[in-house]
Amino acid sequence: MLEVMDVSGLVTIQDLGRRAWRRFGVPLSGPMDAFAFQAANLLVGNPLNTAAVEIGTGELELITDRDCVAAAAGAGYSLSVYTWEFSLWDSCFVRTGWTIRLKKTGFGMWAYLAVAGGFDIPPILDSRSTYLRGGFGGLDGRLLQAGDQLKTGTPKSPLERLWARTLSPAARPAYGTSPSVEVVPGPQADHLTKEDFDRFLSNPYRVSTTSDRMGYRLEGIPLNRRNNADLVSEGMNVGSVQIPADGQPIVMMADGATTGGYPKIASVIHADLPLLAQCTPGRDSILFRTTTVEAAQEKYRSMMEKMRDGIVHL
Amino acid sequence: MKPRILPLGDSALLVQLGDQIDLEINQRIHTLDALLCADELNGIIECVPAYATLLIHYDPLTLSYAQVSEWVNSKLDQVGSNTTRRPRRMEIPVRYGGASGPDLEWVAEYHHVSVPEIVHLHTDQTYTVYMMGFTPGFPYMGKLHLSLVTPRLDTPRTLVRAGTVGIAGAQTGIYPIDSPGGWRLIGWTPLHPFDPSGTLPFLFRPGDEVHFTVEAIDA
Repeated sequence: MLEVMDVSGLVTIQDLGRRAWRRFGVPLSGPMDAFAFQAANLLVGNPLNTAAVEIGTGELELITDRDCVAAAAGAGYSLSVYTWEFSLWDSCFVRTGWTIRLKKTGFGMWAYLAVAGGFDIPPILDSRSTYLRGGFGGLDGRLLQAGDQLKTGTPKSPLERLWARTLSPAARPAYGTSPSVEVVPGPQADHLTKEDFDRFLSNPYRVSTTSDRMGYRLEGIPLNRRNNADLVSEGMNVGSVQIPADGQPIVMMADGATTGGYPKIASVIHADLPLLAQCTPGRDSILFRTTTVEAAQEKYRSMMEKMRDGIVHL
Repeated sequence: MKPRILPLGDSALLVQLGDQIDLEINQRIHTLDALLCADELNGIIECVPAYATLLIHYDPLTLSYAQVSEWVNSKLDQVGSNTTRRPRRMEIPVRYGGASGPDLEWVAEYHHVSVPEIVHLHTDQTYTVYMMGFTPGFPYMGKLHLSLVTPRLDTPRTLVRAGTVGIAGAQTGIYPIDSPGGWRLIGWTPLHPFDPSGTLPFLFRPGDEVHFTVEAIDA
């Protein structure tokens, strides 16, 4: 068991989300940076869909009542165990009674703390992901609080085989404050004029401070829709780039609605979603460029292969 | 309109059969959904029906866009002729008016008819659940009798109680959880459209046929 001693910010339990309930209007949820989330699980020998702690904007301190192996991955945080500092993307041994701390530092927004064996939490609609707006999943659909006790499961391997491992730097996403993010043109790309679609690709868009787990609102040159009518609602996906009437793009993120009526001019590809997710609202800007579905899928497969092949012993 | 198949990013495919709210087009969407669900490919995550489109989420590590597209194309021909889809029929008891439906009288005045006539118009029709969205379990149903078509509120309420039945445009729906809402509220049902801890968490499914019955009309 891990007990929460101190916590602030957007700290929730997540797994890979509710994948089969979108037809009922339930958002996917799950991690904002799915790559870092899966890497943290892989480092401690867990199946990729095991529940872990997501931290955004705040800080977290936990204490363990048994020996365990933990790993943190993502960006914007530093990890300390007992009195030692560890790097993100490393797994480390945590002795009974030691504390684990995640503190905000440097570039990035989201980090994941996984423990060998995962967190043993009852699933709601087949997932342990917290959906804050719906008030369900994770711990009663809410943020972690001091005093929460997180029951841990049984590790898949002996602990001594799991600690002192790292994900090689070459396998990690190339996070940055002004990333280039690839998109596939969307079903309503033609709702923009050719000139405005080119503007979307040739100008930086800053992540707005009104962004959250539902969507990242972007600020930049407004994009004019050819006719100002919305569509009749249709399904959308994490990464869908919508253009509302004010012409400022909104990218749907983990807790985004399952359907919507704004034109979807493009979709951020899976492999690049982590780069967007880790941008700091109010500061970082992105530059979009187009790719094809086939190239995007190839990039994603290669990224996941590199993750699996990139775990090495320190 | 000729069916169109388009990518939505690198893990979803959108099938468009139309671009408007139309019962006939929507029923073809549910038929296509049923045909695809009955013959699922490994790597298909789920299909999300909407008014005139079906969005198919798939795992890009297992399937390519071309494979999913071919699978969908193989079913599209059968959509027109298929008569095997048998929608589930649901009866929903409603308390109309009073605190349960605070806009019922306004709706009656708007249409220059009596409150019982509004209730009659609402219960006289069989509705199709076009799609679900907005909040978990919210059924968008239609279509309303022409004389019941009503504009939504200018300013949405900040809180609508779970179970409240509303109308907006040519549609009717039931709020599954306490949430903000801009529809005109005419009644309330004790049936919970969404119970996340239940074994059957959702009362409705896309494509269901729904009929409302009168439990009471409150003044």
